[in-house]
Amino acid sequence: MLLEVRDLHVEFRTRDGVARAVNGVSYSVDEGETLAVLGESGSGKSVTAQAVMGILDTPPGKITGGEILFKGQDLLTFKEEERRKVRGAQMAMIFQDALSSLNPVLSVGAQLGEMFTVHRGMSRKDAKAKAVELMDRVRIPAAASRVGDYPHQFSGGMRQRIMIAMALALEPALIIADEPTTALDVTVQAQVMDLLAELQRELNMGLILITHDLGVVADVADRIAVMYAGTIVESAPVHDIYKAPAHPYTKGLLESIPRLDQKGRELYAIKGLPPNLMNIPSGCAFNPRCPLARDVCRTDVPPLYEVTEAGADGRSACHFWRECLHG
Amino acid sequence: MAESMSVPATGGAPTAVAEPILQVRGLVKHYPLTQGILFRKQVGAVKAVDGVDFDLGAGETLGIVGESGCGKSTVAKMLVNLERPTAGEIRYKGEDIAKLSSRALKAVRRNIQMVFQDPYTSLNPRMTVGDIIGEPYEIHPEVAPKGDRRKRVQDLLDVVGLNPEYINRYPHQFSGGQRQRIGIARGLALRPEIIVADEPVSALDVSVQAQVVNLMDRLQSEFGLSYVFIAHDLSIVRHISDRVGVMYLGRIVETGRDAEIYDHPTHPYTQALLSAVPVPDPEAREHRERIILSGDVPSPANIPSGCRFRTRCWKAQERCALEVPLLAVPAAFRYEGGPAAHPSACHFAEEKQVVPPEEKRDLPSGEAPQEPPKS
Ligand SMILES: Nc1ncnc2c1ncn2[C@@H]1O[C@H](COP(=O)(O)OP(=O)(O)OP(=O)(O)O)[C@@H](O)[C@H]1O
Ligand SMILES: Nc1ncnc2c1ncn2[C@@H]1O[C@H](COP(=O)(O)OP(=O)(O)O)[C@@H](O)[C@H]1O
Ligand code: SF4
Ligand code: SF4
Ligand SMILES: [Mg+2]
Ligand SMILES: [Mg+2]
Repeated sequence: MLLEVRDLHVEFRTRDGVARAVNGVSYSVDEGETLAVLGESGSGKSVTAQAVMGILDTPPGKITGGEILFKGQDLLTFKEEERRKVRGAQMAMIFQDALSSLNPVLSVGAQLGEMFTVHRGMSRKDAKAKAVELMDRVRIPAAASRVGDYPHQFSGGMRQRIMIAMALALEPALIIADEPTTALDVTVQAQVMDLLAELQRELNMGLILITHDLGVVADVADRIAVMYAGTIVESAPVHDIYKAPAHPYTKGLLESIPRLDQKGRELYAIKGLPPNLMNIPSGCAFNPRCPLARDVCRTDVPPLYEVTEAGADGRSACHFWRECLHG
Repeated sequence: MAESMSVPATGGAPTAVAEPILQVRGLVKHYPLTQGILFRKQVGAVKAVDGVDFDLGAGETLGIVGESGCGKSTVAKMLVNLERPTAGEIRYKGEDIAKLSSRALKAVRRNIQMVFQDPYTSLNPRMTVGDIIGEPYEIHPEVAPKGDRRKRVQDLLDVVGLNPEYINRYPHQFSGGQRQRIGIARGLALRPEIIVADEPVSALDVSVQAQVVNLMDRLQSEFGLSYVFIAHDLSIVRHISDRVGVMYLGRIVETGRDAEIYDHPTHPYTQALLSAVPVPDPEAREHRERIILSGDVPSPANIPSGCRFRTRCWKAQERCALEVPLLAVPAAFRYEGGPAAHPSACHFAEEKQVVPPEEKRDLPSGEAPQEPPKS
């Protein structure tokens, strides 16, 4: 296994109290595999990813438990110096907002080239040639003549492609893309997702794709992990999740999306709001909003059950997953 | 000046609406681009809105979709008088609002209210919810005498599904979805006939989005409201709209009833937009053809000649660079009628099914598939 996160816990200690942002997340990705991490805003998707990358804001953040195994070694036992070597060369991250993650006063060519001068000890001239090659690869038209341009001179879609180029520069084994297309228009979103999926296949990388939009991942993900209040509530191969969700939260999410091909009277809506992370409900965190909830849900935290039916290969953190699957 | 601000020709009357409450004709908003400090010289214009026509029927919902920067918000602001049009007419019940006396205009404004895109920044953080929702009464005191206002605001909170006791709280004490409800309550305060909602749910999470969309649906039937509903999410727009207009670079390029646009699109841009919509169900995706457009939307300061979509259109030919296609029912469909016969601004309009037909999909019980109108 390329990456295996085991029972990760992260807290933020703030003036108002302790926010339990990540409460026992486990997931894994292999080479050439795409894992989509799906969840609403605040569910802990980004914090988990930051912990994996080693870029968590500490303090106020603190990893209070768990392991992050990368190629079999627990990154949490690494020194910062070793961590830095892994970052960039072996794992890279793509952020939602390309404009604020690129340096505004350096040309994109210089920023791409830096990857090669710093990590690979290349000469400036060679690094520039590499930068052009990368820009070409992510389909920036007339790359050779644009390598000296600054980030603000590119459109949103092009900047996101440059971010992808940057992440790919050293051909890492793992890429984490945190809402890479959320800020883009639908027609440009499709271009960027296609490019990312194609390069991932070509380089046989592991890809973690973080999103709040179920639609975005349908084409490219192998597995989906659904997060709620800092835990994975369901994980399964893409097709299974759509056909037969085994957790009431996943089911509710799927039903509340309006569909292009039908026009209903009323949209299904999950009642209530996601919990305050300083005060997560006892038992199952979803119980105040769950249509299937009963007494045991308010007292006992559901473990991640194996969904053992009909060749299914999923997991669900619901005491009544069977009922959910069939109801 | 007159040169660069010239008003483009548009395609005349859009699809007929039985009882239009609002008629928009040739609406244009150009922002001048200037150069020089001492002698400001106009060097061009950002053509944010460049000739938009539509009708809004009483009690109906017109959806407007399009990508970022195509001019949706600018249209919205002109409808509620936050921006003055460079040219064109906005007729409310037949009267051009630009020609009204200031008194008559005030009454019209009362009847057209706006709900904004971003629930996080559109509410003043230093005002209580009661003051925010009641603020319109300061401008239109005739609607609610001072002594009545608190009660009115509490009723409005109740209508949008918030606890009336929250009247003294501040915006930061509410979630995004709740804040959007506050924005809607404020939009309803003056009992308007028309609500212009600019991306009212775009900033919200899926599960909360559904709550707000349902609320808007309910309020529409309860108060007989007409909506102009702006969004970039085509699925939401279909859900809520009776008719839809697709915008590209400052113009409506295709318009029609929801089934006409979604099941029988004839404009290449609409087809590409529909095919790019992320659809969650992987099996449904397999029935779809995907059209991936190359390139980005051109700048509205530099609109291509002829058809404005031609730089990204896979069907573009020489004629497209020379002749502006008008928004009208394409000749090919004019006589045969049927769902493809709706206005589409393309010289080579052709039907292309992008969303798989509904019969293939399982509809929830009690829900009949939309019948395209027979003409
Ligand atoms: N005050 C202004 N001065 C100059 N240009 C403007 C002004 N307001 C808007 N524009 C430009 O007009 C165009 C249309 O803007 P508008 O806000 O209407 O787009 P939109 O369709 O609402 O986009 P979004 O989906 O991003 O909200 C854009 O190119 C924008 O940059
Ligand atoms: N630097 C920080 N300080 C305090 N709280 C934080 C910080 N970063 C994230 N959080 C909190 O952690 C929770 C999970 O955040 P995040 O992982 O960013 O959510 P998402 O699933 O939307 O990516 C949120 O409640 C957020 O407010
Ligand atoms: S454990 Fe109970 S409350 Fe939680 S999702 Fe399952 S049924 Fe609902
Ligand atoms: S007029 Fe020409 S360029 Fe414009 S949409 Fe039609 S085919 Fe494409
Ligand atoms: Mg995030
Ligand atoms: Mg806008």
